[in-house]
Amino acid sequence: MSGLVQLISADGQRLPAPDVETWVADIDDERLLALYEDMVVVRRIDTEATALQRQGELALWPPLLGQEAAQIGSGRALRDDDFVFASYRENAVAYCRGISVTDLVRVWRGTTQSGWNPFTYNMATPQVIIGAQTLHATGYALGIQNRGTDAVAVAYFGDGATSEGDVNEAMVFAASYKAPVVFFCQNNQWAISEPVRLQSRTSIVDRALGFGIPGIQVDGNDVLAVMAVTRLALDRARRGEGPTFIEAVTYRMGPHTTADDPTRYREPAELAEWQVKDPITRLATYLRARGVLTDESSMAVDNTADQVAAELRAGCLGLADPEPLSLFEHVYAAPHSRLAEQRDRYLSYLQMFEPAGATR
Amino acid sequence: MSIVRWIAATHSVSWVSVMAVKEFVLPDLGEGLTESEIVAWHIKEGDTVELNQVIADVETAKALVELPSPHAGTVTHLYVEAGTTVAVGERIVSFEVAGAEPSPAPAEAPPNLVGYGAVTESQDAPARRPRRESGPRLGSVPRLESSGTLPRRSTPPVRRLASQLGVDLQLLLGTGDGGIITRADVEAAASNPTPRAEVATVESAKANSAAAHSAAGSDSADSITVPVTGVRRLMAEAMVRSVTTAPQATVFLSVDVTRTVDLLAELRATPEFTNLRLTFLSAVVKAVCSALARHPEVNSRWNDATADITKFRHVTLGIAAATPRGLLVPVIPAADSLDLAAVATALDALVKTSRAGTTRPADLSGGTFTISNVGAFGVDAGTPIVNNGEAAILAVGAVARRPWEWEGQLALRHVATLSLSFDHRVLDGKQSSSFLSDVGLLLSNPARAFALA
Repeated sequence: MSGLVQLISADGQRLPAPDVETWVADIDDERLLALYEDMVVVRRIDTEATALQRQGELALWPPLLGQEAAQIGSGRALRDDDFVFASYRENAVAYCRGISVTDLVRVWRGTTQSGWNPFTYNMATPQVIIGAQTLHATGYALGIQNRGTDAVAVAYFGDGATSEGDVNEAMVFAASYKAPVVFFCQNNQWAISEPVRLQSRTSIVDRALGFGIPGIQVDGNDVLAVMAVTRLALDRARRGEGPTFIEAVTYRMGPHTTADDPTRYREPAELAEWQVKDPITRLATYLRARGVLTDESSMAVDNTADQVAAELRAGCLGLADPEPLSLFEHVYAAPHSRLAEQRDRYLSYLQMFEPAGATR
Repeated sequence: MSIVRWIAATHSVSWVSVMAVKEFVLPDLGEGLTESEIVAWHIKEGDTVELNQVIADVETAKALVELPSPHAGTVTHLYVEAGTTVAVGERIVSFEVAGAEPSPAPAEAPPNLVGYGAVTESQDAPARRPRRESGPRLGSVPRLESSGTLPRRSTPPVRRLASQLGVDLQLLLGTGDGGIITRADVEAAASNPTPRAEVATVESAKANSAAAHSAAGSDSADSITVPVTGVRRLMAEAMVRSVTTAPQATVFLSVDVTRTVDLLAELRATPEFTNLRLTFLSAVVKAVCSALARHPEVNSRWNDATADITKFRHVTLGIAAATPRGLLVPVIPAADSLDLAAVATALDALVKTSRAGTTRPADLSGGTFTISNVGAFGVDAGTPIVNNGEAAILAVGAVARRPWEWEGQLALRHVATLSLSFDHRVLDGKQSSSFLSDVGLLLSNPARAFALA
């Protein structure tokens, strides 16, 4: 498969792609509308979380604005027993895995060390170290091989991560052992302020070839095409054909995180160019032309999104700060004398506040 | 355990009902910021606002961001004017909110989750965490204290107790180890108050300075106080850092630059330079780069941590530029590899972007030598301050026609004065004079470039 895979163009036209579209033959209008709703909802979650950060309720938030199709298309292609290893930006994938919106923000509010139990949702908690999760994915995939099931490990990472040693090592091992892992790279064009053109002389997908891993480049703003190629890659892995590398070409329309200002390093014209390729707008155009998306159904989707946002806000504001001493609880499984000593010292420190607390 | 439960309780959610006034304090909008500037308000008192409606533009050290309203309701009070720099945690606006809604946890600085860090913007910050000095250090300099008095050492629980009992730690002498203030000191002070007069003096002095600080430009009959923010603030901090860390000296040289002036006029007429702004500064850049090649020790920096010197293989040339926002020093990377036309092009672009305010942060760092064109303001010479992380800076005075000795006679010649300030840890008077005289030689006779290259 060569060239950029596309099924719905930026202006909302369905494009023929005989060798790809069979993978999404079952996605009828109704299921496409559900994908549309997913994308609208996760964009709304993203906007609300960004607002919560600006209001001092979250310490930080990494927005995914513009990457909805890449994450929903791939996230909805997964089976429950597949296992996701993601970076900190894959909040839409987490949404697909059924993780609650409150659990999404707990870590960013600083009230917990981990937002959810990875084994409940078969998704590891976000990896902040760039690309480190790809090693975990390959390792997990080797475990799947040992168990002999047909589940797949999926690693999500960005264009910048492909320059990291961890990602390269993960691909070497995955290729050598034909591990059932999908390397899903969202090339959002910017590694914080470093443009992709500065860090790779080839297109990102071509990097996979050097490891002997077949690569597919897909329009990451085309939810249907993303779903098709993800299913294809998952199928290869399930059949024991080893890893596949997907480059979803997309664009981070917002800042790297809420602590970043992209206007300092990129031109407004570039953003305008990508706004034309917006993943939600193009699907809306397509669905409207087919009469599936009407004013009525569009409003219903927006209402759902608003409800989820309200749920997120209430859930976030309702999170209680943890008891200070709970910090020591999950460091070691068994009692540990040094830790107990630290805990006691901290307790006596906290007790020094007592009279002050009593007068408050 | 009651104490632990109390701490948890203060952070939990409480419910209020019917009409309630909610104050909103400035949050940490980046990671680990201590203050931000309210650039503009989009609301006024009495306005009705929706949840998440943009109410203000706020500039932090990292980004210009929009502030969405945390409540739906009516704006009852704006506590700060646009243009004010506000500390994180300071209230900025209040709303009257209808009905019950969960009130957020008390605003305390959220934890820094990722090790991005942030610059310390406030002079207060070192006072909160007094550094433990471990004997004399080479090249250590006295720290600047905004108040002029050393902060008193204490622990967080003691500071909390002091603030609750209304005890000013600055008035106490600690009896603990190394003069640290203990709980007992605070309790003793609370039960045996300090003479009233002394307290009053301190309080009123504090009130005065607080008033001067917080107002956006408090005017009185004979003075106006203006807040210092953004680029000007950074400039002030960089200058203090340079002057307090690097011992600096300046050497001067007045040069007859007529030949360079003539050469530039000649070049401007050639096709290669027709569309370029070929300025005298372009020639200075070329002369400086040639001279730096002969004096690599000038293109270097002093490393405080390791007390050694790094010499750079290429010249990343800083050009001091006056902009409407203050002084910026954008750089020309690999300036030593550029020919005269490329230098002219680079200078022109740099001036335009810095005036337009579109200079990227990447273009402001990594300089190895700086030129300040003070002649543009019509002055003859100056004693420039070396840019942090560099060894020297050259100020170029105005080119003026002056009586000068020329071939045994007095003639009117184009003369400019060059002033070179240098970091005396890196360079001595001989090295810097020798460098400056090479720059002068090239400008007085550009043909000498043949001999140097």
